[in-house]
Amino acid sequence: MGMARRLFVSFALGGLVALAGCDSSELSEDEKAKIASLSIDALGPLPPSPGNRFADHPRAAAFGQLLFFEEGLSGEGNVSCATCHMPDLQFQDGLPRGVAVGESDRRTMPLAGTGWNVWQFWDGRRDSLWSQALTPLEDQREHAGNRTAFAHYIAATYPDGYAEVFGALPVLDGLPANASPLGNEAERAAWAAMGEDERDAVNRVFANLGKAIGAFERTLHPPETRFDRFARAVAAGEVAKGDAAFSDLEQEGLRLFIGKANCLECHNGPRFTDDHFHNTGVPPVAGLPDDLGRAKGMADVLADPFNCLGPYSDAAPEACEALRFMQRDAAVMERAYKTPSLRGAASRPPYMHAGQINTLDGVIDHYSTAPEAVSGESEIRGVVFTDRGRRALIAFLKTLDVEPLSGPPGRSP
Amino acid sequence: MAAQRANGKQRLILAGAGLLVASVAIYAAFRLFAPPPPEMDTAYNTVSRDGLYQVMFEPETQPVPLNETHDWVVVITTPEGAAVEDAQISIDGGMPDHGHGLPTEPEASENPGEGRYRVEGMRFNMGGHWEIRIGIDAEPGLDEAVFNLDL
Repeated sequence: MGMARRLFVSFALGGLVALAGCDSSELSEDEKAKIASLSIDALGPLPPSPGNRFADHPRAAAFGQLLFFEEGLSGEGNVSCATCHMPDLQFQDGLPRGVAVGESDRRTMPLAGTGWNVWQFWDGRRDSLWSQALTPLEDQREHAGNRTAFAHYIAATYPDGYAEVFGALPVLDGLPANASPLGNEAERAAWAAMGEDERDAVNRVFANLGKAIGAFERTLHPPETRFDRFARAVAAGEVAKGDAAFSDLEQEGLRLFIGKANCLECHNGPRFTDDHFHNTGVPPVAGLPDDLGRAKGMADVLADPFNCLGPYSDAAPEACEALRFMQRDAAVMERAYKTPSLRGAASRPPYMHAGQINTLDGVIDHYSTAPEAVSGESEIRGVVFTDRGRRALIAFLKTLDVEPLSGPPGRSP
Repeated sequence: MAAQRANGKQRLILAGAGLLVASVAIYAAFRLFAPPPPEMDTAYNTVSRDGLYQVMFEPETQPVPLNETHDWVVVITTPEGAAVEDAQISIDGGMPDHGHGLPTEPEASENPGEGRYRVEGMRFNMGGHWEIRIGIDAEPGLDEAVFNLDL
């Protein structure tokens, strides 16, 4: 879009936004349909995870829950998945970038509803929850472990728990204590020196750890929010009562969200995400390595041996839809990042893929000014908000907040 | 005199601004109270740009779903109605108003006969106006059919 047209659209929208901000008339049929499309009631059943035949096994999920909190699955025995994915903080950490053994380059994502995701990570470099779960285990800034050490650890600590789900562990005697194709120089050399069958056996155990953790994560569903109760009343043609009733400000914010503010273009459906990647011109963090987002993520997921089409996947190739029909134009996907869900986002600052923005007000500023992207092309068009429109949008986002969990899941199922 | 002229100019600017605000308000009111657009016909049928083919598509589920990867069946005939077999099909498209393409790269996977082609990997990730371009390379020649969808 040309600059002149962008400006015109911005001003035109600004005028409309200012108007909509004072409007409190009845919801139109179109608005009602959009509200229904965002409701938790529109969330379909958990989609299958074809690459993980244990995805919906309760025993796999119980074993996965154990592993999720297991600090033994790390180089120094002090990091678990829950180090960054904290159960009482919506399974995230509230930090700009996750901190475990070191600091990562990206914002820790919450976990509720990730079983519905098409892609995992901000750049979609994994195509399933189980393959996602393997990646931090060997990242030197996160768990800093290696797959041979993990296999030995499981054999020593959970041989029965593992065998109950996946069958007996392979014989690991004589295999190096530390080896991985992604480790340090010594670990890579040790990995290269192993026989092909030995490497395959270790990879299979490693993949199964991911499949158990993935099965557990699939049980974390997005909870119902005030917005959902409001939407349910709207769908039933009733007046929302009690905590489901929206204030004028909240309803104005909802109207902006589904209308003039263009949020619905990407934050659509009951998870408030289109499961796709967009360059929105969020500036990179100074000092971090250059980050091309999805443009690199798409190459990474194709190269991942644990992807849906790989040897450790349980899927028939035709079931790997995401990978088979993946958008592969790297130029279009430069600095594009996955649309995050907005459920629970209001109480989950900081925002954006590397925690660049501290407050919702700051996020609205970003969408108002719509800065040019450092590289690639930003898709967003500036929207001018009135002060009331801005407060309304934030008030609406707060209706998507999740109540604190009464009892966070502990170590045992 | 000069002050008067300046006053006149200011008034003109003010009147212009008032008119602009009023027209935006009228447009907004029109948009707010206008009835929703009529349901789109889901049996899509068109003639390719150069008139070589009659092209029709049927989505696997109707209406065309949002955020779900699904299949289409594309049916290609000559303008006289003869089925076109063994065509090379390419699928492209996007949202012209937003300047972006499809979120997937769909593929024509099989041609079970009668001019029918299964297209897998169709996906739309937002509501609004989409354009789908189906490139066809077969015996009659190279041509392209364009469909407009309002989701």
